[in-house]
Amino acid sequence: MTALILFAQQSVELTSTEQWVINVFFGVIALVSTAAALKMVTTDNVVHAALYLLIVLASVAAIYVILGAEFAAATQVLVYIGAILVLLLFGVMLTRAKLGADDDLNHEQRWIGGLVSVVMLAVMSFSLWEAFEDTKVPTALNPDDFNTGAVSESIFTDYIVPFEAISVLLLAALIGAVVVARRD
Amino acid sequence: MFLNQFLIFAAVLFCIGVYGVLTRKNGVLVLMSIELILNAVNINLVAFGAYNSDIGGQVFALFIIAVAAAEVGVGLAIVLLIYRNRRSIDVSEADLLKG
Repeated sequence: MTALILFAQQSVELTSTEQWVINVFFGVIALVSTAAALKMVTTDNVVHAALYLLIVLASVAAIYVILGAEFAAATQVLVYIGAILVLLLFGVMLTRAKLGADDDLNHEQRWIGGLVSVVMLAVMSFSLWEAFEDTKVPTALNPDDFNTGAVSESIFTDYIVPFEAISVLLLAALIGAVVVARRD
Repeated sequence: MFLNQFLIFAAVLFCIGVYGVLTRKNGVLVLMSIELILNAVNINLVAFGAYNSDIGGQVFALFIIAVAAAEVGVGLAIVLLIYRNRRSIDVSEADLLKG
């Protein structure tokens, strides 16, 4: 019992050990997903690219959990990993992509794209660093930090109009996709 | 944790996605890179929502996930149509609008 109370007090105070652990978690997730994203845009196998995308999407879900957005994390897993990735794999199958290595997936002048993205990353990192030097952001540690109830309340009160607009957009996209891809 | 950790991680993912969109020739791979870009934006929204302790960041991240689902459905339908008409989904060959 005493141990339980001590543990509860510690997790409320957010000790330096917990900060350290959460930072290590973040570092591992960030490294893994950056490496997977780099492999995704450079690999010569379309199916492997989809699997690397899965690693990135799962890491992003973990980042949401660190930030206390567990409903967004669950939706990420359900919609992105469960639906969108499967849809992309269906696209790979229906377009009869070459299974195995394919050496014709990249443009010849890919260094221009590399230059553009490196310059963009430098500018964005510099301006982000200038704007938010060491601003802290609260991370979730306790069950109380999570807020699915508040999210659902907010969707159905403050954001009801965008929510209905999204519903109509999804219906339009569904019908549009069927009409565009139909054989006639 | 610092807000910048999340923002710069999202910037890295965004730039990798932009590289993918610019350099890939396969239409499905271009769509995958677009998903990477949308995810980076979502991390930004959730991080700023936590920073301002405002629930709106999460709500808009959910809306973006829904829009991404719609986008990938229509995008794949277009890619399939290009494949059916040209027997190839190489986006650099779809150049009818080039003078």
